[in-house]
Amino acid sequence: MKILVVDDEEDVKSLFEQKFRKEIRSGLFQFSFAFSGEEALSYMASHASEVVMILSDINMPGMSGIELLKSIRKDFPAAPPQVMMITAYGDSNNHDQAMQLGADDFLTKPVNFVELKEKLLMVQE
Amino acid sequence: MDYFLVSSFLIFYVRKILQTKTQLPEWDKKLEIVKYISIALLGTYYVADSPDWYQWIWHAFLIFLLVVGYRNEVFRPVRGLLQSAIPFVLISVINDSVELIAPKFYAKNDDYFATAAAFAFVLCFVIWFYVQKQQKALILEREERIKEELASKAQKESLEYLVAERTYELTLQKEELQKTIDELKSTQNQLIQSEKMASLGELTAGIAHEIQNPLNFVNNFSEVSVELCQELEEEIDKTTLPESDKEYIKEIISDLSQNQQKITHHGKRADSIVKGMLQHSRVSSGEKELVDINALADEYMRLAYHGLRAKNKEFNAALVTDFDPTIGQVEVMPQDLGRVFLNLFTNAFYAVAEKKRLLAEEGTVTDYRPEVKITTKKFADTLYIRVTDNGTGMPETVKAKIFQPFFTTKPTGQGTGLGLSMSYDIITNAHGGSLDVETVPGKKTEFKITLPLEKV
Repeated sequence: MKILVVDDEEDVKSLFEQKFRKEIRSGLFQFSFAFSGEEALSYMASHASEVVMILSDINMPGMSGIELLKSIRKDFPAAPPQVMMITAYGDSNNHDQAMQLGADDFLTKPVNFVELKEKLLMVQE
Repeated sequence: MDYFLVSSFLIFYVRKILQTKTQLPEWDKKLEIVKYISIALLGTYYVADSPDWYQWIWHAFLIFLLVVGYRNEVFRPVRGLLQSAIPFVLISVINDSVELIAPKFYAKNDDYFATAAAFAFVLCFVIWFYVQKQQKALILEREERIKEELASKAQKESLEYLVAERTYELTLQKEELQKTIDELKSTQNQLIQSEKMASLGELTAGIAHEIQNPLNFVNNFSEVSVELCQELEEEIDKTTLPESDKEYIKEIISDLSQNQQKITHHGKRADSIVKGMLQHSRVSSGEKELVDINALADEYMRLAYHGLRAKNKEFNAALVTDFDPTIGQVEVMPQDLGRVFLNLFTNAFYAVAEKKRLLAEEGTVTDYRPEVKITTKKFADTLYIRVTDNGTGMPETVKAKIFQPFFTTKPTGQGTGLGLSMSYDIITNAHGGSLDVETVPGKKTEFKITLPLEKV
């Protein structure tokens, strides 16, 4: 399963690679990383059919996670990937907005990786 | 005879008009003597068989009276009266002189002389009558004037009283206004202070958010490093290194792992502080959540304690907790109730710190031990929370005002005066409970929260 992680913090890449080391090794998950909303969209343009799951931060400079979600839902209606939004603690506004725009799930920072792994595995099945 | 009448009436009027009895007692005595002399003269005249020369004694007597009357200032008011007697005396003297010098001429014209004398005598009384009338009018006028004076005096007095009353009222008003201005000034100061606090709250929220992201990385990387250490250990077992080397490497890995665990542990601590700050500065959701009241109270007690410790290193107080373990989870608004706890604890710590400071200032050596206590108790679907301190306590006047907005006993800049009024609002309006206070000045203060519990 190909997962695109969108976050403006570059350290997220090494964190995910280490957290999901076993799954990546076994080929269960494949992670790609984009460090801005724009980058994520251009990646989607070239790998549209491959990406099954998008994990996106909401608060990013430039294109926000919410805008990215809107674009994805508009540009890729044929093969819609699952979109899971991540945001800072206690931000109910963003939560409601993301759900309304068609986000599949919602996570709050700090991300509970155990919970995330379970959710990803459920999507996998 | 006519002399006697003139002199007696003269004396009588003089005495009456001048009121010599009360005003001039010395002259009154003299006039009395004059009166007796005139009576004596009259008596002697008849006794002596009315000799002709006797007239001259009368003349001398009357002239003497008139001269004395003219000479003395005290008789100025009755001068008109004295003047009226002059023509009579003059004519009498002329009559007698003419009779003495030219008896024939006198005998020939004695009708004219007698008429003149009678005329002068009558004139005398007519003038007296007028004088008396005038005098009466004068007296009336004077009485009226006195009445008027009295009236104006009374008016003046009443005016003065009114002025004094107005002045007093104005002074009172001025004092009240001054008081209001002072109150407004202190309220303004408090508003500035609470504005500062509000902006500080926003700033805190912003900072907390910014800290949370890097903190998440610290926690996540340290956690993943622990996992990596475990994997590394497993990998080492697969190698063909000598056992002693393996042991040594595993030892190092174990230390590394422990360090990472410590980083995670302390990172989580920082995380919970940041969360607390965020929760406190967050606008209340207004929704009730299931909360462990004991844990919430404990957390804010420590927060308030460390908050004061950060400002005043010497501060110290015993924290006593008496929690009812059967309470469990209760539906409340945690941010709001947290604010109430923070306020009550901050006040309690302030009160004990103040008492300690005051005792130190007085220089009295005491074994005072500052103590702040929290008690929770659940009984019959009601939650009782008590925050007690053995600090300064409050006088009745302060106690009556503590729940009023902007009322504070702290020095300007140290309190907003909003803490307890906000707490009162949270407990009574938002939670339907009650917030009471009991205090003994100089001894202790106890805040009592009563919360009705909805059955979950």
